[in-house]
Amino acid sequence: MSISVKNITKTFKNLTAVNNISFEVKEGELFGLIGPDGAGKTTIFRILTTLLFADKGEAVVSDYDVVKDYKDIRNHVGYMPGKFSLYQDLTVEENLAFFATIFGTTIEKNYDLIKDIYIQIEPFKTRRAGKLSGGMKQKLALCCALIHKPKVLFLDEPTTGVDPVSRKEFWEMLKRLQQKGITILVSTPYMDEAALCDRIALIQDGKILKIDTPQEIVNSSPKKIYDIKADNMYKLIQSLNEYEHNYSVYPFGEFVHYTDKREDFNPQELIQYLKNKNLKNSSIKQTQITIEDAFMELAK
Amino acid sequence: MKNNNVIKAEKLTKKFGDFTAVNAIIFEVKKGEIFGFLGANGAGKTTAMKMLIGISIPTSGKAKVAGYDVFTDPENIKKNIGYMSQKFSLYDDLTVKENITFFGGIYGLSRKEIKAKRCQLVEELGLEEIVNELVGSLPLGWKQKLAFSVALLHEPKIIFLDEPTGGVDPITRRQFWEMIYKTANNGTTVFVTTHYMDEAEYCDRVSIMVDGRIEALDTPKKLKEQFNVNSMNDVFLKLARG
Repeated sequence: MSISVKNITKTFKNLTAVNNISFEVKEGELFGLIGPDGAGKTTIFRILTTLLFADKGEAVVSDYDVVKDYKDIRNHVGYMPGKFSLYQDLTVEENLAFFATIFGTTIEKNYDLIKDIYIQIEPFKTRRAGKLSGGMKQKLALCCALIHKPKVLFLDEPTTGVDPVSRKEFWEMLKRLQQKGITILVSTPYMDEAALCDRIALIQDGKILKIDTPQEIVNSSPKKIYDIKADNMYKLIQSLNEYEHNYSVYPFGEFVHYTDKREDFNPQELIQYLKNKNLKNSSIKQTQITIEDAFMELAK
Repeated sequence: MKNNNVIKAEKLTKKFGDFTAVNAIIFEVKKGEIFGFLGANGAGKTTAMKMLIGISIPTSGKAKVAGYDVFTDPENIKKNIGYMSQKFSLYDDLTVKENITFFGGIYGLSRKEIKAKRCQLVEELGLEEIVNELVGSLPLGWKQKLAFSVALLHEPKIIFLDEPTGGVDPITRRQFWEMIYKTANNGTTVFVTTHYMDEAEYCDRVSIMVDGRIEALDTPKKLKEQFNVNSMNDVFLKLARG
């Protein structure tokens, strides 16, 4: 195992940020912690990167104990915190050289690992980090986290606030790093990114709701989900919320995702109900469950 | 004919030195419409929004918001719009009640009006138990729902929402959108930016900015037809990187 977390708990005053969490990440795996703000993702990262002590439980990263062997861990992991933490008044090149030196290596030695990413920001290598755009800062931070060739890479919400195009590019970079044998633990609040991980842990309020492959999480969701559409979205949601047999009603893109309490649910009956509510052009069809549906079902 | 546009931008432009952040954008937003304002990071969304809410003077072009000119009447714009963002919404070290009172006062409501609004808000959002808690101690989802309601205290004609649901859990995110629908249904225009492409589908119309220009503007349905794709995510991917 590359990362092994056993019964970790961390409390701040009266808030239990992480509540008896256990999970394992295999060597070379791309593992995602998926959950909203306040789920406890950052606390887990800080414990695993030796920046914070857990109240209870133990954790091992790359065969090193996070408490006893903290110095070894720091040499063998890369960490990109959620908040941009490079030196704003050093240039791109200076930041990278600084991190390489700290870890007793040089840019040249591990250039292969960062090349794909670094060439995208190289034209700006003399610009101060503080003056970079969001996307470029993110790429520089990733290069700095990789420059000592870590075995395990920790990425805390690398794509938060990033537009869909840059997010897609970022995940393509992660896939390439994984192919180079690096184990990656990544967190994200974007449920669509979950599908890109080998395995994920769905996490909310300090607890893990479920751990599995994205496919299994979707497959094991018990409810049939229907796409419902009508001319007036607001009225449609209202009417469905008033429908006595509804189990869940969630707007989902251009549709409403609907589940019914009954085993023998007849969609045509619901269409008739919507007609009686004066909704025009309503339609219903069964649809593919997504990670987000599964998450909402588990969190309900 | 009655003019139904609450926002009208004509060749609105903002330059910083040689750099054109917003390049002659033209669009109109109707009363009660949910208008999605999308674009990649750095496309110029924030700059455009700042001009529309009266805190940044355009370099050239024209724009009217809530009936007031962005050049000559920005103060009246501020009085007639609501604004909330992910970054700033409420004061963490004031209680729920204090935040409502403070923003009510800022927007010029009387004590009596503030009290009435507060009671209404507390009931609607089910805040009875936390009305005296510090906002900083609330979960993000609660904060955002409260911030949205506070931005509507003075019954503005338009509410501007800058990534209101970033990082919010999926269930709360949807409750938030139900609030948006309700608001629009009551005739308030909603102008919203988001990085969640499923939320783009919830909008009546969507504009997509690329390098300072509006490259597409239509209903989600028509945009998907135009680009021959199945989702707004694909529309965005096709447009934003050419």
